[in-house]
This record gives sequence, C-alpha cells and structure tokens, in this order.
Amino acid sequence: MDLTVLQLALSYVFVLILLVIFKSRGIRREKEILIATTRMTVQLTAMGFILMYVFKNPSWWLTLILVFVMISAAIFNSIKRVKTVMSKQLKLIVGFSLVLGALTSAIFFIVGILGVRPWFNPQYMIPISGMIVGNSMTGISLGANKLCSDMQDKRPIVENSLMLGATPARAVRDIINDAFDSAILPTMSNMLTMGIVSLPGMMTGQILSGVYPITAIKYQIGIMLAILGSTGLCVILFVTLGYKTFFTKDGQLIR
Amino acid sequence: MFEIKNLKFMHILDIEHLIIDQQVTCITGSSGSGKTTLLRMLNRMNVPDEGSIFYNGANIAKTDVVRLRRSVVMLGQTPILYSGNVRENLQIGLEFSQKPLASEEALLESLTRVQLDKGLDESCGTLSGGEKQRLCLARIMLMNADTYLLDEPSSSLDKETEHFIIENLAAFANERQKQLIMVTHSESIAAAYHDSLIYLENGQIGSEPQ
Repeated sequence: MDLTVLQLALSYVFVLILLVIFKSRGIRREKEILIATTRMTVQLTAMGFILMYVFKNPSWWLTLILVFVMISAAIFNSIKRVKTVMSKQLKLIVGFSLVLGALTSAIFFIVGILGVRPWFNPQYMIPISGMIVGNSMTGISLGANKLCSDMQDKRPIVENSLMLGATPARAVRDIINDAFDSAILPTMSNMLTMGIVSLPGMMTGQILSGVYPITAIKYQIGIMLAILGSTGLCVILFVTLGYKTFFTKDGQLIR
Repeated sequence: MFEIKNLKFMHILDIEHLIIDQQVTCITGSSGSGKTTLLRMLNRMNVPDEGSIFYNGANIAKTDVVRLRRSVVMLGQTPILYSGNVRENLQIGLEFSQKPLASEEALLESLTRVQLDKGLDESCGTLSGGEKQRLCLARIMLMNADTYLLDEPSSSLDKETEHFIIENLAAFANERQKQLIMVTHSESIAAAYHDSLIYLENGQIGSEPQ
C-alpha cells in the first residue's frame, strides 16, 4: 500500500503535539524540532529522488559517489560529536578507520555473502552501506569520546606506567579496551532487545512494502551481524591507531 | 652513571656540565628550580631542547626509550595505584617491564622494607596517602632496576617514618649496588643520606645556601 500525500502530511500531527508540549512547559526547543523535522523531510525526499534516478541508471561510479558522500558525512559527524579537542592526526584516523572498516564490511556482506551481481547494484549497495556506515559512525564517535576523555583524565596513570618501563601500548591498554567496549556495547544491547522491544527499521520497512516476514528477518539478522562486525572493525582500527597520536615517537605523552 | 652536557630546556633548565655517579644523590632547591624536570630528563619523560645526557656512556637520545626506562625506573611525586589489591599493585611494575613476577616471600619482604603492615590480598581502596606512597616505593624496589629516580619519595610521610624509609632505601641501594637519585625538599634527609648533593637554583647548578 502506497502512502498518499495527505496521509503523509497527517503524520506531521506528531510534531504538532511535541510543539504543544514544548510550548506549554516552557521548554525552548521549538526551533530545533522544526529544523530537525524540515531537515529530515528534505534530506529523505532528496535521497528518494536520487535513489529513483540511480536505480533507473545503475552505474558503478554513481553508486561509489553516493557511498563516499555517505562516508564523508559520517566522518564529519563522528568528529563533530567528540567533545574534546582532537588532533588533526586523530581526525584523519577517524576517517581512515571508517572508510576501511565500513567499506570492507559492506563489500564483504553485499558481494561475498549476499552474492549481489553486479557488485555495485545500487538497490543493495546504497541502503546496506548506509546502515553499516551510520552505525559504525556512532561506534567510532563513542569510542573517540571515551579515548580522548580517558587520555586526559588518566594521564597521571599513563605517565606512571611509562616511568615503570611500560611500552605506550601497554600503558594505555585499559583505556583502549574501555574505549572499544563503550563503542561496541550499544550495538550489543540493541541486539539483546531486538524482536522483543523493537522491530528494526529496515525489517519494518520491508514488511510494510510487502516482503514476506521471514525473508525480512533473514536480511535483518544478516545486516545486524554486518553492523556488529563493521563497528568492531572500525573501532578497533581507530583505537589501536589513534592512541599513538597521544605519544611522541620517543614514547613521551604529548602535552 | 649520568653525564649531562650543555642541557637546556625551555626557561626551566640550563646545565653546562654535571656528572651524577654516586650511589645516593640528592637534588634540592627551591620550588620551581627545575628539580623534577631534571629528574624526568634522566629517563626521557622529558626531552631537552639542547644538549645531551649520557647514561653509562651511551647517549640516551639514541637508546631505546622503553629499555632505558626499565633500567632507570622513576617514582613520581604523586603515588599512583592501579585497580586491584596490594599484590597486583606490587607486581604491576614487573609486569610493565616484562620481568618475571616476584615470589610471595619477595612481596612480603618488600612490604616490610617500607613498614607497610598490609596483607597481599587487601584492597588498596582504604590506604592513606602515606601508605600509598610506601606501596609505590615497595613496588619499584621489587623491580630490581639499575637506577632509581625518586621525586619527593617521602613527601606524604611523617618525620619518623620518613627517616626509617629513606634509611632503608639507602641500605637497599648499598646492598644491591643500585644508584638512587632523589629529589627532596627535606634538608635533614638530604644532609643525612647523600653521597653527593646537587643544589638547583633557577634551573642552574648553584652553591648550597649556608
């Protein structure tokens, strides 16, 4: 069943309800909710038209451009979400880890596991890459936040470990493990409640558009595992390369 | 043995020539005179802007930094404990420097040396400042390094314990032929235990005030 424009317009009633709540409670968030709603509508509509075009005219370079636009936006967003100041090198490592980790996972899942041919088939490549990149982005920004704040807060401990002859890698081992853990944990807790508390968006979308639920679920399980793997890969790349930017080549902590 | 030549670091240190070759060397001087910075230079926690430091004849800038720090272990001014109990906190220095872990006996002996009456399985959560400092001292003494850099190793201790601990440290250095280089504010400690005394004044080697 397709949605009519009127039906879609009626959905904005939810935003109105929220606006009334904000107004009556004196919470000054009206501007933000309007901006968020407008951006979501415009971005998704634009994406809809772009996808229609790309599906009609599939080409490898157009698909790759779209994937790289998504990855670039994800890199920009991950960096923006980190509350402490990041060095230029660390920002580059965010980008490198996202590109390598998410792209490897997406291609392995789409081409290696799903066996999609041609490999760039935009109907698969774009939405699946989007989900993988988006979730990896959240993971990396969580990991980066934890790594940067711990490197600041636990500086005396790291320094003490160096004074006792620890290698930089050993001196930050717990910090790295904590950063990795905090990045991967939300994905795992999400998996714990999936199917009970929530029906994931992709699966819901597929079911609504008429796909047989078992097929939708099989895709959902596959994509969740790909997300888990990609987040893990991106974050481990980021933390194991990223910690080095806090040290000089001589093993001193950078001020 | 350390030899320092034409060392300059920001506006903090300016040392033309200095040899540190005695068993127990005390570094004294007023606050901000560069004592801690000098100590940190010796195991490359800080790097000089100019000049060189030689350790047993080798330029430390050309030595593997982790190897140097395993031979020249440093105890910072603030005692740092890691999560875990007394035993884990004692062993962690050996683990960091990839040396074999100490036996139960050696662990207990190290606690006696610093007069710390705690069980190995006790938690470190309730230790006082002075007890933490003694635990950290016991930890580095277990590490069997060649040289020990100690930054105010007795700052959190009362006078009586302070003398007991430092006397013990000096005896330990003597017994095992280790070198101790110790920054201290305490004139009585410096006077009682030094074989050699370095007085720093505005980052330079000064003559001790009378």
